[in-house]
Amino acid sequence: MAAQSKNAASVFPPPLVAGNHTFTSVTETVCGVVEKKPNVNWLLALMLSASIMAVLGGSVAYLFWEGTGIWGLNNPVGWGWAIVNFVFWVGIGHAGTLISAILFLFRQKWRTAINRFAEAMTIFAVICALVFPGIHVGRVWAAYWMLPLPNQMGMWPNFRSPLLWDVFAVSTYFTVSLIFWYVGLIPDLATLRDRAKGKIGYWAYGLFAVGWRGAASHWNNYERAYLLFAGLATPLVLSVHTIVSFDFAVSIIPGWHTTIFPPYFVAGAIFSGFAMVCTLAVPCRKLFGLEDFMTVRHIENMNKVILLTGTLVGYAYSTEFFIAWYSGSVYEGFAFVNRAFGPFAWAYWIMISCNVITPQFFWSKKIRTSMAWTFVMSIFVNIGMWFERFVIVATLHRDYTPSAWGYYTPTIFDISTFIGSFGLFFFLFILFLKFLPAIAIAEIKAVMPQADPHWEGYHKHEESTHG
Amino acid sequence: MSNEKHGSDRDDELLKFPSWHNIIPPIFFLVVGPVVTLLAIGGVWYYFSPKFTDVGYMPEQPVHYSHKLHAGELKIDCRYCHTAVEKTPWAGVPPTQTCMNCHNAVKTKSPKLEMVRQSWKTGESIPWVRVHKIADYAYFDHSAHVQVGVGCESCHGRIDQMVEVWQSQPLSMGWCLECHNAPEQHLRPKDKVTVMGYTPSPGDKERIATEVNPPIHCSGCHR
Repeated sequence: MAAQSKNAASVFPPPLVAGNHTFTSVTETVCGVVEKKPNVNWLLALMLSASIMAVLGGSVAYLFWEGTGIWGLNNPVGWGWAIVNFVFWVGIGHAGTLISAILFLFRQKWRTAINRFAEAMTIFAVICALVFPGIHVGRVWAAYWMLPLPNQMGMWPNFRSPLLWDVFAVSTYFTVSLIFWYVGLIPDLATLRDRAKGKIGYWAYGLFAVGWRGAASHWNNYERAYLLFAGLATPLVLSVHTIVSFDFAVSIIPGWHTTIFPPYFVAGAIFSGFAMVCTLAVPCRKLFGLEDFMTVRHIENMNKVILLTGTLVGYAYSTEFFIAWYSGSVYEGFAFVNRAFGPFAWAYWIMISCNVITPQFFWSKKIRTSMAWTFVMSIFVNIGMWFERFVIVATLHRDYTPSAWGYYTPTIFDISTFIGSFGLFFFLFILFLKFLPAIAIAEIKAVMPQADPHWEGYHKHEESTHG
Repeated sequence: MSNEKHGSDRDDELLKFPSWHNIIPPIFFLVVGPVVTLLAIGGVWYYFSPKFTDVGYMPEQPVHYSHKLHAGELKIDCRYCHTAVEKTPWAGVPPTQTCMNCHNAVKTKSPKLEMVRQSWKTGESIPWVRVHKIADYAYFDHSAHVQVGVGCESCHGRIDQMVEVWQSQPLSMGWCLECHNAPEQHLRPKDKVTVMGYTPSPGDKERIATEVNPPIHCSGCHR
C-alpha cells in the first residue's frame, strides 16, 4: 500500500505482502486467527449459517418424505432449480482450481495469498453442488445407482448419457481438489501442531500433518507432489464445466444444442468463481486482519480476471444470437428471441445487466481497486451467473408444440433449498476460517519482498518506499 | 520448523508422534481404505442379493403335499394341477377339486388329507403359502415363457425331487437378464417344457437363437 503512492509504483507492482512483515509476524498473524479464542462475531456468523443450513436440512427432509412434487417442476419445464443450483455451485468452484493449479503452473506468484482460501471455497461449493444431484432423484434411496456398482439387478448407468459423465467429472474434481488442498495444507498443519498449546490441537493437527518436520527431503517431495497435482487439476478446470455443459448441449433442445456451450460454460464458471472469491475475500481480509496478505493488488488482479471472463461471457451471449440467425434454424431463432423478449425476458435482462454490464465497470482502475465496489460488483456477478443457468433451464418453457407451452414458478421449497445451500456453504467456510490457516503460511513467505536475495533490510526498504 | 535432531530414539520420547507412526497413513490410504471400500461393495453385492436372501425359502404348507411323490414318482404332469400355465400370466394353484379327483378314491382315510376333505366339505380354500414371489413392479407372464420353451425347472428347480417346495433360483433382475440376454443357453423345445432333468439335443440352441427374441428394454418387465 505504501509503495503504491510513490513513483516506484508506476514501474514495479506493489509488493505481494505489504506492511513490512517479518517471517515470524506472518506466522503469528495467520496462526493468530486460528489460535485466538473465537470472538462473538465469528460465533454469531457460525450460528446464523447453521440456522440457514437447518433450513436446507428441513427442506431436504420434507423432499425425501414428500417427493420432488414439492418443487415447481412441471411439464414442459422438467428441469428446475435443482440443476440451476448444481451448475451455479460447480461453476463457483472453478476459480479455486484455476487459482491453485493454472496460476501455479504459470508461476503467478500473487496466487499464493488467495489459493488456500479459494480452494476451500471450491471444495465447499462442490459439496453444495453435489447435494442437488443427490437429492433430486425422487427415490433417494436409489441415488447410488448413479455410480456403476455391481448389483444383483445386472443394471448399469447409461454410459451414453452426459449426466453420467457429470457424475464422473464432478466426483473426480472433488477428489482431486480435496487432495490438492490437503497436500498444500500439510506444512501449515505442522506449524499449527508445533505451536499448539492444548492436547487436542496437538493431536488433531499432528495427525493430519503426517509427520511433517520441514526436512529438505520433505520439501522436495512436497514440491514435486504439488506440481503433479497442479498438472492433474489443470485439465479439470476445463473439463468439468465442459461436461456440465454437455448436460444441455448433448440434448436436442433448440437453445441448448450448441457447440459454444463448453467454452462459454468454462468462461462463465471462472467468472462466477472469481466473483465468489472476491465476495468472500473482501470482508474476510478486513475481519481477520489479513489485509497485508490479500492486498489491493490481489483484489485488482481478480477483478481483471472478472473483466476478461465477463466479457467472454458477453461475447458468447451475442454469438448465440448470431448463430441462431445465421443458422437459419427457425426453432433456434425462436428460442433466442423468446429468451430475450418472451415470458422470461425479465430473467434474461437481469442476466445481461449483471454479467455483461457489471464487469465493464472494472475497466476503471478506481473501481477495481475499491473494496466496496468490488464487493457490490461481485454480488451482482453472483446473481447474474445464477440467472444465466436459470435462463438456460427455463428455455424448456416453450416446448416443440405450442399446446405444451408453460411457465415455471418456483415453490417455497425451491427457494428454501437454494437459500439453505448457502447456509451449508458458509457454515463450512466459517469453520475453515477458524480451524485452518486461511493463507498458505509456508508459501507466502517465499513471495515476500524479504525473501528476495536482494532484499536490503527493513531499514533500507523503509527509505526506498517512503523517501 | 520443529526439531533439528530428528530420527533418534530420544526424539521419539520427546515427540508424541514416534517414528513408527509414519507407517499409519500409507496403511490407511493404500490398504485399509481400498479394502474397506471393496468389502462394502462386495458385501452388499453378495449379502443383499436375492441369491443370498431368498434362495432356499421353504415355508411350511398347511397340507404336507409332496411334489416328489406326485410329480416325481407318480409322474403327474405339471399342467394337470397348474392348468392355467399355458394360457394366463399365472400358473394357478389348483382348487381342492383337483386333489379330490383322485383322493375321493385314493387314501380316503389318510389323516394327512384331513384338511383337504374339510375344505372339500366346507368349500373353503386351503391356505397354500406362496413360495415364488416377484415384486409388483415386475410384470411376469407364465404363458409367455412356457410358450417359447422356458422349462418349469429353469425357474423352479427340480420340483420332482422336492418333498416340500423351496425357492431354488434367486428370481432377481440380474438372473432374469441372464436368460433374456442369451435365451439359447436356457430354452428348450416347447414339447419338453415340463420335462425334469432335460438335456439339450444337438441343433436346439441354433434353432432357438433364431426363433426367440426376449425383451431387454426396461418396459419389457416394468410396464
